[in-house]
Amino acid sequence: MDLSVCYQCKKCTSGCPVSGMAQCPPSEVMRRLHLGAGDELLNSDIIWMCVSCETCSARCPMGIDVAAVMDALRKLAVERGAGKPEGNVPLFNRAFLKTVAMFGRTYDIAMIAAYKLGSGKLMADTEKFPTMLRKRKIALLPPTGADRKTVRRIFKKTKEDRAGR
Amino acid sequence: MHQSTLAVAEALGIELVEPEGWTCCGATAGHQTDRVLAAALPAATLVKAADMGLDLVVNCAACYNRMKVANHEITTNKQVRVKVADALGRDYDGSVNVRHFLEVLLDDVGVDAIQKMLRGSLAGTKVASYYGCLLVRPNDVTGFDDPENPTSLDRLVHAMGGTALDWPHKVECCGGGLSMSRTDVVINLTDSIVGMAKMAGADCIAVSCPMCQINLDMRQLDIARRQGNHYDMPILYITQLLGLCLGIAPERLGLNKLMISPAKVVKAVVAA
Repeated sequence: MDLSVCYQCKKCTSGCPVSGMAQCPPSEVMRRLHLGAGDELLNSDIIWMCVSCETCSARCPMGIDVAAVMDALRKLAVERGAGKPEGNVPLFNRAFLKTVAMFGRTYDIAMIAAYKLGSGKLMADTEKFPTMLRKRKIALLPPTGADRKTVRRIFKKTKEDRAGR
Repeated sequence: MHQSTLAVAEALGIELVEPEGWTCCGATAGHQTDRVLAAALPAATLVKAADMGLDLVVNCAACYNRMKVANHEITTNKQVRVKVADALGRDYDGSVNVRHFLEVLLDDVGVDAIQKMLRGSLAGTKVASYYGCLLVRPNDVTGFDDPENPTSLDRLVHAMGGTALDWPHKVECCGGGLSMSRTDVVINLTDSIVGMAKMAGADCIAVSCPMCQINLDMRQLDIARRQGNHYDMPILYITQLLGLCLGIAPERLGLNKLMISPAKVVKAVVAA
C-alpha cells in the first residue's frame, strides 16, 4: 500500500465517527506517516479509539486502506509495549480471544470477568447484569459444541508464526 | 435474532442447516491482533460449509464481514492462504459463498413473494433502517447493497406496510466492538444515532446485526443516565418485524429479550 498518494483531502477525517473525540484524526495519521513520525502515533489515542468501521477506507479517493493502517499501528503498539491506552482495548481483545481459544466460541461471563479484573472497572455495567441474565442475553454456562480442537490449533500456530516473524 | 431468524426461515420455507462445530469468527479483536488469525478463525467454519457443499448464511454484520474478508484474503494473498492452511491443518481455497440472511430474503425469496405471505401490516409505523458499518464496508469485498445509501431493510419495511424513513445515519458506526472497552466513545456514537432516528420521527429502529442491536438497545440506559436523553426507542431485528407480519407468535421471536420494550411496535401491527 502506497501511503504517499494521500493528498490530505480529509474525507477520512470528515467521515470518521471518532475524529471529534480523538487528538489525532485519520488524515493527520497519514500525514505523520509521510513525515516519518510513526513512532509517536503508537502512543496516540486514535489507534485505540478507532472503531474499525472502515468509513475512512471506503471513502478514500486514492483507495488507501486507512483502517488497515490503523490495524498495523495497533499491532506495532502492542508489540513494542507502547503506553497503556485509555480503556485498555488490548486487554479486552486478549480477554475476548482467550475465551474463544478455550471454548471455540465467546463465553461472555468469563470474558467480562477477565476484562474487569484486568482493567479494575469492576462496577461498569453491573446494574444491567440481572436483566441480561434473566432475559438470557448472557449465558451462565460455557458454550458447548464448538470444534475446539481446530481453534486451539489455529491459536497455537498463529502464535508460533508471530514469534517467528 | 437467532430465534426470529429460525422462525422466519421456517415460515418462508427456507431450510437452514447449522454447521456442526462452528466456531467464533474472532470479530474485531481478531483483526486488531493478527492478520492470519483473523483469516483462519472464519476459515475454520467456512471449511465446514465447504464440506457440506452449502452456502454459508450469516445473520450478523460483523461475522458476515469477517467471513467475507477471510475469503478475500485467502483468494488474493497466497501467503495468507498458505499460513491459514498451516493453522487449520488443511487447505481452504476461499470459495464458499458467504451470504447475509437479508440477501437470502431479498434475492432468493424476493420482496413480492414475501409480500404475498404476509398476514399482518406495520400499518404505516415509521421505521428507521440502520445498517451500521460492517455489512456495507469494505464494499468491494462485501458487495452488499449501496455503501452510502443501502435500501435492503427499507425495501422489506415498505413491503410490510411500514414507512421507511429517509434519514442520515443508516451507515454510521455504533462502535459495537468498543462497547466495553471504550464505553464513553460508544455512548456518544449511539446517542447520536438513536437521537437522529428520534428526530426523523422513528417509532423504532430496524437492525440486522446482534452487535448493533444490543449496543443501540442497552446503551440507551446509559444515554439516559449520563446524557439525560430519554429516547425509549425500540431496536428490533428486521426478522422480528417480519415475523410479526408473517403472523408468527411474538413469543417465538425473542421479543422479550429486548431491553427497550417493543410493545408499541407489536401493538401497531394489524391484520392485513
